[in-house]
Amino acid sequence: MDFFNEAHVNAAKEMLYKMADDQLIIGHRNSEWTGLGPLLEEDIAFSSMAQDKIGQSEHLYGLLHELGESEPDTVAFTRNSPQFHCSQLVELPIGEYDFSLIRHFLFDFAEYLRFEMLVNSSYENLANIAKKYKGEIKYHTMHANTWVSQLAQGNEESKSRLQNQLNDVWNLALGIFEPGPHEGVLIDSGIFAGEEALKAEWLSAIVPLLTKMGLIIPAESTWNPVYGGRTGEHSDHLQPLLDEMTEVYSIDPSADW
Amino acid sequence: MNPEKIREILKEVKDPEIPTISLVDLGIVTDIQFSKGKADIELTPTFAGCPALKIMEDLVRDRLVQEPDITEVHVVTTFDKQWSTDMITEDGHKALLQHGLSPPKRNCGNFSIETLEDTACPFCSSKDTTLNNTFGPTLCRTMHYCNNCKQAFEGFKPVAS
Repeated sequence: MDFFNEAHVNAAKEMLYKMADDQLIIGHRNSEWTGLGPLLEEDIAFSSMAQDKIGQSEHLYGLLHELGESEPDTVAFTRNSPQFHCSQLVELPIGEYDFSLIRHFLFDFAEYLRFEMLVNSSYENLANIAKKYKGEIKYHTMHANTWVSQLAQGNEESKSRLQNQLNDVWNLALGIFEPGPHEGVLIDSGIFAGEEALKAEWLSAIVPLLTKMGLIIPAESTWNPVYGGRTGEHSDHLQPLLDEMTEVYSIDPSADW
Repeated sequence: MNPEKIREILKEVKDPEIPTISLVDLGIVTDIQFSKGKADIELTPTFAGCPALKIMEDLVRDRLVQEPDITEVHVVTTFDKQWSTDMITEDGHKALLQHGLSPPKRNCGNFSIETLEDTACPFCSSKDTTLNNTFGPTLCRTMHYCNNCKQAFEGFKPVAS
């Protein structure tokens, strides 16, 4: 579609910032397992997924650049916490492996389904990227499903650790689907079917999987999504992450790498 | 000079990490246009996060500017087409094996862990192998062990489009 319509451009930008920021930040968190993974294979898995996510975010920042935003490196490395649009879920520290696996499972399935929906986007460049990313993210969801499934059916400790994390993280995960200010435009223009639709797809996908593994989804009456990330309200964890992530870049922002 | 000749020339440009295989045989070079001395090359990324994307653009450009009949080179990387491992040619499969990598299955479409487990050893061809990791030292590789010749090996990861 031709972006001569300002409303479409603003809606697309808002959505792309959320998506790219989620990927950059969770990619950075994934990379924090490098050297610390509980098994060599898992160390490699999270390192590889970090590279995927960060690399994918670069192309989304590239789309933003096409729409008039600054260059990807500038956008990725020179903003502070109030200017980021990631969900609060992705900025939390890696914690222990149980937390990271549950976050990985909940986030990556949402991400896969988002791109699956975007395959049909009227925004052609994004639809093309979505077609590509789907195939790559499939490896991420496959990994999450395998590990959470194995451990949920492991022993009492592994099962209860995952259940506790699922209970604690659930509302943060719901925060992924915080409705944006342009949902109507996105839906009407065919750019994206919206956060509500995505959340419904996500629940249809993961509830049966988790139930089959013997894990219990928190009761709907207790759901209380953690919103704010999409509008720049973040936990205390994001700014220190950004300070560390941009440490080398900040030494000389004009340097050629 | 014409697109076919350029394609042949680009068979000299090898993947920076897998030196036996050319970008052409990997299926990365997805369009070649040539007109009045100007070459327009389209590259399609294998994996979005591949750190070699920019290096590949440079390698292609650097090789083509050496040609006297080519006065201008324009290389662009886009997602207009989506790369899949099915775009690796038969020569490409042979080159991967030469490097000690198990080539990806064709038409992998809806692959599963079972698909990945069913991999032959690139050294001894035995199917008695174990999948150790669906991730590897680079985005494009899986990790395996051959129970027959007792060697670890890597596979090229199937990616559908």
